[in-house]
Amino acid sequence: MSAAAVDLIKLLFGVLGVLVLATAVGRVLREQVAPDRSNPGIENLNARIDAWWGMAALLGLAFLAGKTGVIVLFGFISFAALREVLTLTTKREADHWALFGAFFVVLPVQFWLVWDEWYGFYSIFVPVYAFLLLPVVSVLSGDTRDAFVRIAETQWALMICVYCVSHVPALLTLRIEGYEGREVLLIAWLVIVVQISDVLQYTWGKLLGRTKVAPTVSPSKTWEGLVGGVVSASLIGTALYWITPFSPWQALGMALAVTAMGFFGGLVLSAIKRDRGVKDWGHLIAGHGGFIDRMDSVVFAAPIFFHLTRYFWSAV
Amino acid sequence: MIRLKTAARAFAAKTMGHAIVFFAWLVTAVRGIWEGSEPVPVQRVYFANHTSNGDFVLIWTALPSRLRRRTRAVAAADYWLTNGWRSFIGRDVFNTVLIYRGEEGRDVDPMEKILEAVDGGDSLIIFPEGKRNMDPEVPLLPLKSGIYNISAKRPEVEMVPVWIENLNRVLPKGKLVPVPLLCTVTFGRPMAVRAGETREDFLARAGEALLALRPQAGPQATAGQAPGEVQG
Repeated sequence: MSAAAVDLIKLLFGVLGVLVLATAVGRVLREQVAPDRSNPGIENLNARIDAWWGMAALLGLAFLAGKTGVIVLFGFISFAALREVLTLTTKREADHWALFGAFFVVLPVQFWLVWDEWYGFYSIFVPVYAFLLLPVVSVLSGDTRDAFVRIAETQWALMICVYCVSHVPALLTLRIEGYEGREVLLIAWLVIVVQISDVLQYTWGKLLGRTKVAPTVSPSKTWEGLVGGVVSASLIGTALYWITPFSPWQALGMALAVTAMGFFGGLVLSAIKRDRGVKDWGHLIAGHGGFIDRMDSVVFAAPIFFHLTRYFWSAV
Repeated sequence: MIRLKTAARAFAAKTMGHAIVFFAWLVTAVRGIWEGSEPVPVQRVYFANHTSNGDFVLIWTALPSRLRRRTRAVAAADYWLTNGWRSFIGRDVFNTVLIYRGEEGRDVDPMEKILEAVDGGDSLIIFPEGKRNMDPEVPLLPLKSGIYNISAKRPEVEMVPVWIENLNRVLPKGKLVPVPLLCTVTFGRPMAVRAGETREDFLARAGEALLALRPQAGPQATAGQAPGEVQG
């Protein structure tokens, strides 16, 4: 077995251990506090942990399946995310073909370009070609009402849900000296650090949270939670440096960058939910809400992580 | 041989039914929201707003599968019997109660056919606006008398208002391909004609019950057209 596969299996066993522990804690809490399942907080915690099993299993399978598996998985995540965001954007009947094109042309082409490892094209396809051509499809129908808002919101949805999400599998296209064949571990590291930061920000916030960061945007985000979560998740990211091409100090710096971006992602997407009057983006992930609710942090962190890594470490 | 053909057709219909439900879910991730009624096997007439040809498929998909088998849509024969393919979908797959809307071509009175289905023990899906509502500025067209007549004649059957949200954006009129967007189907509190209630009063009450189920959040409502927005 290759060294990369051994590291991946070690990592999966680590995740398995954390999930077993979390599940045990969740079930014990239920037994102690409300065995009749009457405490909504504890039930939500258990639902979230159960959903984590599913998400971890899917990611693990995709990793074992290699590049195609990862691209297909994130392609579907991108589809589900785009569906959630476009449900809430301003649109008119005139946008039908533009929206159809967003789902069935732009999205598959972007992930195919990533699969093809065509950096020069996938890094500009959405912000140049889709950006300029999709509005033409909308406008050709002759309906100008709310045209500016319709065009801008559709474009923003594509950038977040297709362009940013595609930068997770795009990590596989980096060529780092001495790290060949291990690129999938970069994705694992990013997802673990950013997601554990979300969990720890929530946990620290529940335990110590007093001072709200942006009360009008998200009443649950506190400075105590933010600092506690970012610091503890970054320490975990540092401890996992052995699966990355980074030294421990570099891993710490990267972890601080991606957890900060993750926080910003949660903040910005909360503001948009608030604007549209919804609590969650969707309902498909029990306990968590929609795909965007779970992915908002990863979506913001992925392109920055990709470019930092590419700039300082990659040969292509 | 004929028996074999029938069995094959039934199998094809069943498979097709599953495929259509799966496809509808894939495109809309439709979610049934039960506000005032529960998804239990009680005989009901679900009456819903009508904006898209896919409406009854969406309601069907939102129902739990054990209710689906006993729930039939009331649909226009002049649409569903026009060719073999539609007739297969309408009759074999969804077992719809087919009625003729116009006077011409009628074999029996539509209400007779509907009551016959009710007396057979099935639940029904009906669109009391009578046709698809194409005007985004008007949330609901005036309701036709059918639901009053059913409830007056079969008062024991629960009349459940159902609001379908967003399917008109997934598949606008005249478009052949859907755009994937999340849809919800909200089931409201059961109602029935009250003692002494007039046709007009019941239809007004049914219309209000439908409008009250509209989700309040959603796409930004721009001036003049406010889908689902409640002024407050």
